[in-house]
Amino acid sequence: MTSIRAAAIAMALAAMTLPAAANDFANEVGARQGMFKIMGLNVGVLGGMARGNIPYDAEAAQVAAANLVAVSAINPLNMFPAGSDNLSLDTTRAAPEIWDNIPDVGAKWAAFGTAATAIQAVAGDGQAALGPALGALGGSCQACHEAYRGPELN
Amino acid sequence: MRTLLTLTLAGGLIGVAAAATGVALTRPAGLPAGTLDGLEGDAARGAAVFWAAGCASCHAEPRAEGEARLVLAGGYRIESPFGTFVAPNISPHPEAGIGDWSTEDFVTALLQGTSPEGRHYYPAFPYASYARMTPADAVDLKAFIDTLPPDPRPSAPHELSFPYSLRAGIGLWKALNLDTAPVIAVDGAELERGRYIVEALAHCGECHTPRDALGGLDVARWMAGAPNPSGEGRIPGITPAQLDWTAEDIAYYLETGFTPEFDSAGGTMGSVVRNFARLAPEDRAAVAAYVKALPPAE
Repeated sequence: MTSIRAAAIAMALAAMTLPAAANDFANEVGARQGMFKIMGLNVGVLGGMARGNIPYDAEAAQVAAANLVAVSAINPLNMFPAGSDNLSLDTTRAAPEIWDNIPDVGAKWAAFGTAATAIQAVAGDGQAALGPALGALGGSCQACHEAYRGPELN
Repeated sequence: MRTLLTLTLAGGLIGVAAAATGVALTRPAGLPAGTLDGLEGDAARGAAVFWAAGCASCHAEPRAEGEARLVLAGGYRIESPFGTFVAPNISPHPEAGIGDWSTEDFVTALLQGTSPEGRHYYPAFPYASYARMTPADAVDLKAFIDTLPPDPRPSAPHELSFPYSLRAGIGLWKALNLDTAPVIAVDGAELERGRYIVEALAHCGECHTPRDALGGLDVARWMAGAPNPSGEGRIPGITPAQLDWTAEDIAYYLETGFTPEFDSAGGTMGSVVRNFARLAPEDRAAVAAYVKALPPAE
């Protein structure tokens, strides 16, 4: 009896102290932000060529597109544990709506994969082919950001 | 002592008189006679006004994509410090939407913030910007909205706390904040076009400009950035004091959502970009030129 009571008290105490030990998910947040940084750098190569700011180079375009396809093969959910949203943490712009709409988040990630594969297919075909493919890719970024990314951090 | 009492009484009476005059002065007025003379709605031109004015961003269902952005059932929630405003159904449904409105009803709502029943709208509906719209654009916009699918779902009520649940104060707010004059001075046709899109149609200042204590835009700090009017965070400033993008960078961002670093637009700006992507390239260039011409403000 005493031991049950002691265990109950211990559990109650543990429950009470949980919030104080709240996780900052530094590794997960860092990993996912790094993932998006990789995307941004490689989209930047393709976009710079599409805009004419950097000279078109078929090989470099292919490498950038392949990197995007590789990122799209990652399942990002491991890096979005529950509680790592922008209401809980001040290190992220991830909106809490992500966790209410996991299937939709997955569908939007898959749309990014489709757009990345499409740009890979045309990346070697010259500068003019990049613009439309990049437009579709940008649409996939934006669809997710509009729904699930909060405002810039102060 | 008696003088003081008399003065106080007189002051009180003047106050009451002023308040009564104020309410009288700020009753909804209606359009000046002849505003609509000779105007014939053109739905094709109205489509361009529709995207530039960002109607779908609030009046399409939240999360709507593609063609669904043309179903103006409402439902977007603006979580403001005054309470939550819910965008109403403005589809051409005769009961749930605005299908039974006359052109005059529509233009009065848009340019003066007054309903067909003569009630003030809350300025969450950005009529303080639309007040600068030409009547011709407003009439074209009505013609376009009339072509969209009617939706039978009724509008949801706003969720406001006292005293903001009373509309009486809005008349005064209008007297202070409704101004059809441009905000900044510019020179030349392109900048004037950009100014018209930004200040009248796209109502950029409603989020990018901070507000004063009464909820009016602080035009001395035009586009200097502001707390997010709906939730956490800040809306960034876009004057040259905050933004060093080239005009081409700005136009490309408005078309594709890509920043010069190839990050992409998110949050409410994502919806704005989806609207701007539908504009003519020269209109995006005009907006970019206007943004570059903004006076730096902190």
